[in-house]
Amino acid sequence: MHNVTIIGAGPAGLTAARVLLQAGIGGVQVLERNPQPGGLPRFCDHQGWGMWDMHRLYTGPRYAAELVRRAAGADILINTTVTALEPNGHLHISTPGGPEYLQSRIVLLATGIREKPRGARLVSGTRPWGVTTTGAFQEMAQAGQIPFRRPVIIGSELAAFSALLTARHAGIKPVAMFEPGPRILARRPGGLIARAVFGVPVRTNTQLLEIRGIERVESVLLARNGRPEELACDGVIFTGQFTPEAWLPRSAGLQIDPATGGPAIDNFFRCSDPAYFATGNLLRPVEHSGFAALEGARAAAQILRALRGELPPPQAAIPVTPGGALRYIYPQRIIPGGAQLQLYGRASHAHKGRLRAMADDTLVFERLIRILPERRISLTLPGAALAGRKSLAVILD
Amino acid sequence: MTAASFDIAIIGAGVVGCAAWRAFTLAGLDCVLLEREADIISGASKGNSAILHTGFDAAPGTLELACVREGYRQYRAIHERLGLPLLETGAMLAAWSEEELEKLPGIRAQAHQNGVTDVTQITAAQVRAREPGLADDVKGGIWIPGEALIDPWSAPLAYARQALANGGTLRLNAEVTSGSFSGGAWTLNIKNTAPIRARIVINCAGNFGDLVEAIARPSPFTITPRKGQFVVYDKPAHDLVQSIILPVPAARTKGIVITRTAFGNLLVGPTAEDQPERRLATTGSATLNALHEAGCRMLPALSGMEITTAYAGLRPATQFKDYQIEALPAQNWITAGGIRSTGLTGALGIAQHLRGLYEAHFGTLKPLPSPLWPRVPNLTEALPRPHAQPGRSEIICHCEMVTRDEIAAALASPLPAGSIGGLRRRTRCMMGRCQGFYCSRRVLELAAPHIPGLADA
Repeated sequence: MHNVTIIGAGPAGLTAARVLLQAGIGGVQVLERNPQPGGLPRFCDHQGWGMWDMHRLYTGPRYAAELVRRAAGADILINTTVTALEPNGHLHISTPGGPEYLQSRIVLLATGIREKPRGARLVSGTRPWGVTTTGAFQEMAQAGQIPFRRPVIIGSELAAFSALLTARHAGIKPVAMFEPGPRILARRPGGLIARAVFGVPVRTNTQLLEIRGIERVESVLLARNGRPEELACDGVIFTGQFTPEAWLPRSAGLQIDPATGGPAIDNFFRCSDPAYFATGNLLRPVEHSGFAALEGARAAAQILRALRGELPPPQAAIPVTPGGALRYIYPQRIIPGGAQLQLYGRASHAHKGRLRAMADDTLVFERLIRILPERRISLTLPGAALAGRKSLAVILD
Repeated sequence: MTAASFDIAIIGAGVVGCAAWRAFTLAGLDCVLLEREADIISGASKGNSAILHTGFDAAPGTLELACVREGYRQYRAIHERLGLPLLETGAMLAAWSEEELEKLPGIRAQAHQNGVTDVTQITAAQVRAREPGLADDVKGGIWIPGEALIDPWSAPLAYARQALANGGTLRLNAEVTSGSFSGGAWTLNIKNTAPIRARIVINCAGNFGDLVEAIARPSPFTITPRKGQFVVYDKPAHDLVQSIILPVPAARTKGIVITRTAFGNLLVGPTAEDQPERRLATTGSATLNALHEAGCRMLPALSGMEITTAYAGLRPATQFKDYQIEALPAQNWITAGGIRSTGLTGALGIAQHLRGLYEAHFGTLKPLPSPLWPRVPNLTEALPRPHAQPGRSEIICHCEMVTRDEIAAALASPLPAGSIGGLRRRTRCMMGRCQGFYCSRRVLELAAPHIPGLADA
């Protein structure tokens, strides 16, 4: 039996593996379904990775390689797909040698995130070739595949600008970038840079109404400030609207938080079956890779405690729920105690107001904040504040 | 130009055309299948609910009922030899109001009249016992044990591949533009290529059926394609129901179905929208959202499930309820039109009926003594799949667990994928929850050399 099996060799999973190895834990393996470890940064062939966790800047592929290098010594099994989770850390896996069944004392889920594709967005129109997501586009472009020359980019999260950078490298000239909301969502580089540097118009308050085209995309129908407008293009890149890749825990009946789309965890990263831990972008949409990597390290630290039998029993947890303009909050369960309790959330819309935490009926935290929906909300509570409490509500008024 | 000459030319490579091609090829005739698109199954047969119907609710005395019953019987008889799946889920027709409840005895009686005698009416408690996920206000139901799930693309592909293996001829990108009948044979003119000669023409042109019919005569039927939109849910939603959940039918349509699919998803649809477009089935955001809401009303846990994708199909509806199938003996022409919503089940029965019409009017048939039975690859979890085999190749599509060897095989003969859609339908690649987010590059590396225009814009 293995001590720890990590599912997913991306920033969170590989960083967790590194921490476990450095602590001298044997029997750690990382299962990766792709032929190469490293996760999604492998295909983001521009600068911007590593600042948070490695304190220097890399391109995506260099960062991915560095994650793998730093996890050297871990048993990374590539081309290995987990097909089902069973209680108590039993896994069904598909390997090139055939199906296998294995057990691990602890399993860490670090399967990351994907963008919401056209299909799941229930978009109107025909279904021609040339409709893709940032992630798929970047991987194609890196391989020299050019599915379109003049696409439109839908969305304005950071991923949209990442798509723009990739397009520029590949000699693809996006026609325009569209954001349904009133403002650009990414903090940097923002609409100004997109307009000034790449000559790509960025239009806010613009909804995609319909995709048109028979074999290939021929145009899109847009509503600009409510007025319909057809725009010729040969591709559509849907960016952002990330979704945790959570079908394994969902199929296994682990508790899923409908607000995050990921497994619900306690403040030790434990899922509803305590043999399973979860970390990284699987937990919620979406953090940058550096945050996910550090979260992997934090989860690994708790796994080390679990292996030593130091974690409190999971039954002692109390529920944490979001309220008001708070879209989600995690961890979704907390075991009162410890020095500090760290919680993260997101607002459902741009909001200025009071963030407060209520332990049962008692106010235990309060802060005035002005927040945008894509920005992380973090709050730290003294562990003692929840002693003897039955529930915690975090509310954005 | 000299025209290639055949006993039979079948126009349209949908499920009915493929089944007819198989039937007449196995009956010993030299048979060509003409398809305007780059791949088979590119029109009406592309988007349906993938159910093998018993015919319990078909109008008594109709040709549709006869063909569905015969098609149902034949599919069950041959599916194993062709490698085709059959998932015995049964169907639950659920009544959601007192008004619908009152219709149940009539539905049961009609089922028995149609020969589907194992259909029973059950109480609300019995419905809930079988389907605990349904909303509390279900009033009662009809249990139809014989309804089953099949693979809607592999079935016509299997029929076509058997025809091909036994000497049939397939012409893709072959749009019939006009034709003339003289000297006991048809000359069919084909867009951008040489005409084809055939003694008999069979019109299986689906949504273009009335236009093709006009080659032989003023079409007695007019097709107004009826669009059906569907929402597909990710695999964790599959277990929310055990069987196919059917509604009490309204006047015009079978209504919204909630069903498992043979691929392990959950499906909600279809809508029924009469519209003029024959070729392109467009989705509509508002309609899809309404479907999702309707699904959630009947099956509340659906609201927490992830939507994988949506699609739309076009059913060749006419002004008539029944199939429009007849032979024109003086013109060596057979019409198989207006096969609106039961074509997947009915196809093998329709083909059998077409053989009967041929023998009645055009001559005897000498079936091949020992035809080949090529098996199609299995795409469902009901049968073993390559990803679970020792020595499997790399998994390319992680959502649907499609291996490199499966994709390579679908791109090679016989009857290779002629479009990316054809590749998706043959393998399930890019059909899962990520819709190509994780696998587009790898699929294109394999597909681009075979299908032009995908990665070299």
